[in-house]
Amino acid sequence: MRRLHGIHLPHTKQTTDMPFVHPPLPEQVILPMVMHMGLACEPTVRAGQTVHVGDLIGHNDAVFSADIHASVSGTVKAITDYRLASGVICKAVVLTPDGAQTPSPDIAPPVYSGREEFLSAIRKSGAVGMGGAGFPVHVKLSTQQAIEYLIVNAAECEPYITADDRTMQEKRDLIRDGIRRIMEVLEIPSCIIGVESNKPRAIALMEEAAAGDDSIRVRALPPVYPQGAEKILIFHTTGRIVPEGHIPADQGVLVMNVSTVAFLEEYFTTGMPLVERSLTVDGDAIGRPCSVTVPVGTPLGHILQYAQCDFDAVDRLISGGPMMGVCQRDFEQAVTKTTNAILAMKEAPERRTCACIRCGRCIRVCPMHLMPTELEKAYLRGDLDRLDRLHISLCMLCGCCSYVCPSNRPLAQTNGLAKAVIRRNKEVQV
Amino acid sequence: MKLLTLSASPHIRDTMTTQKIMLCVIAALLPAAVAAIVHFGWRALLLMVFCVLVSMATEGLCRIAMKREQTIFDGSAAVTGLLLAMNLPVTLPLWEAALGCIFAVAVVKQMFGGLGQNFANPAIAARIVLMVSVSADMTHWILPRTAVQDFSYDAVSSATPLVERFPIQSLIWGSTGGCLGETCAIALLFGGCFLMFLGVISPATPLSYLGTVAVCTLLYTGGSAYETVYQLLSGGLLLGAFFMATDYVTTPVTARGKIVFGIGCGVLTFLIRAFGSFPEGVSFSILLMNLLTPYIDRFTLTSPLGALKGGEE
Repeated sequence: MRRLHGIHLPHTKQTTDMPFVHPPLPEQVILPMVMHMGLACEPTVRAGQTVHVGDLIGHNDAVFSADIHASVSGTVKAITDYRLASGVICKAVVLTPDGAQTPSPDIAPPVYSGREEFLSAIRKSGAVGMGGAGFPVHVKLSTQQAIEYLIVNAAECEPYITADDRTMQEKRDLIRDGIRRIMEVLEIPSCIIGVESNKPRAIALMEEAAAGDDSIRVRALPPVYPQGAEKILIFHTTGRIVPEGHIPADQGVLVMNVSTVAFLEEYFTTGMPLVERSLTVDGDAIGRPCSVTVPVGTPLGHILQYAQCDFDAVDRLISGGPMMGVCQRDFEQAVTKTTNAILAMKEAPERRTCACIRCGRCIRVCPMHLMPTELEKAYLRGDLDRLDRLHISLCMLCGCCSYVCPSNRPLAQTNGLAKAVIRRNKEVQV
Repeated sequence: MKLLTLSASPHIRDTMTTQKIMLCVIAALLPAAVAAIVHFGWRALLLMVFCVLVSMATEGLCRIAMKREQTIFDGSAAVTGLLLAMNLPVTLPLWEAALGCIFAVAVVKQMFGGLGQNFANPAIAARIVLMVSVSADMTHWILPRTAVQDFSYDAVSSATPLVERFPIQSLIWGSTGGCLGETCAIALLFGGCFLMFLGVISPATPLSYLGTVAVCTLLYTGGSAYETVYQLLSGGLLLGAFFMATDYVTTPVTARGKIVFGIGCGVLTFLIRAFGSFPEGVSFSILLMNLLTPYIDRFTLTSPLGALKGGEE
């Protein structure tokens, strides 16, 4: 089958053999009311109130949102303002743990019959896509389209990150049962688990999980970034193309991150909502790279301390991978439901930016076959029509173009700005 | 407390830089440069070093005069100088070579905005300017000393292989008349393969260019393999196909565009060689295709995955 372009990155997946460990509880956890795509939650607790693990502390009646639950037992210290990495300010609930981690007495495995009850149970779990985008799971699964393929995204194509890899190595049965549960309730006939071939052990375990079930297949994919990008994965596993402005469900495909599947199954067997996050801690300023499982809301600094980070040497603190991760402002930022890695990086030698020499590397690597250099020129000229004609909306900001640019031009960043301008412009017109 | 850096993703970059690309091109030209010195003597070295220095100096002075960021060491001026020297006969007076370098860098490149903005390959434009201004000096070929048995002469006049027949073997090793860098086919092939191996140039342009010339010659001569090989190895074709038709700035950006460009160059080169009044047509065809590049670019846009044509949404 035809392969889309992409880039070969150094994998540096140093934590693939390191099981998840639980660092000691932090002194406080900060739970921002936005950890998902969609509307912000409103805190449902007051300062001074006692909470248990799994208690609802943030909710929004709107469907396109995801509930937030207490990740530690203890007391609500305060409701504060919190600045997200995007710069937007939202409310946050700050909890002081009592150390006991007493689960909420209301926790019980959800009982459901039929699709609607299944979806509302998921809504109560606060589940969001754990690969990074944070799309509320109950919204994604509520599609009215007939789904032919459930694609489990276990590509994990960014360097350093091994959170999905470790999850597959440690939670094989949960993943298998989760897949079967989703396929059964949503009446999906087949499932493909897409894993990059640089994770042989995970592939072997997934094949064990799929053994004896013809409807589940495991696909080892070449480790070419961005293999785990939704549209790329869909193309490489099913050959289907999601057209501009459409969603995968329009093509009969549903893509779910493997850690999300594992969480859902855990939720349906225990009833505990999404209050924990497993992630990779790595980077050249980290003394002890590790895989950790921490309460959602744990300050990044607390985890870095556990991983013996050289705080003075840190230049950039990245939540997520080095290709698409987001720089964090300080060490007080909290782990959210979508944090799959934190990377503490030392200062890298600064590169000189010079004029575009039209080498065409950005065009050769773009997995969507866009023309980043032409997009950049159109953006700098303010030519919105041309941006549209060059299909800027298809750019998923994977960063391949910026990565390869020998002139160090910020192509992906420009595309991000261009997309924002186009969006704004369309809103104004409407 | 120490402030953290906030930067847009991606946070890592490839190691290839524009400067390194230029150094790769210079490295790839070195075999041909060595061949030039072997065949034409130390004056070849003098001419090459001279052209590189004059080009770099022109670049530096232009940037100072225009109060722009200094780009003298980005390697592009050095590449232009070396490429121009490769396109000159060894006997060319230095002042004429200097004129060529100044024209290439100051007029063709810097007046249009510097690196990345020039409309034509500076070395080719300068070669053509010299061809029409000092034609006699630009077409004064001498036989390389490796081809002269009798050393009692200082130099023996000669013609290029496109005018006078040489054995194929001489074309391969370069003991024929011609410009500094164009005679030794094996050195040029080696340099070209080096650049393709490193991924600095795409094979699309040289293959389509050479392929077109080969096909045209085969058809024209009624299938003469000897004539086809002779045409491929002689004149400036290999130098042009590997080092000048692959110039990023003045050739199309997409793979399809590069193939169109190569075919265009090939047809034009063949037509000029077979029917034109000049014996050689490589520089003219590349220059003409340089001018067509914006149009080729316009008609060879990529088709993005899942793109809808206007109005389909």
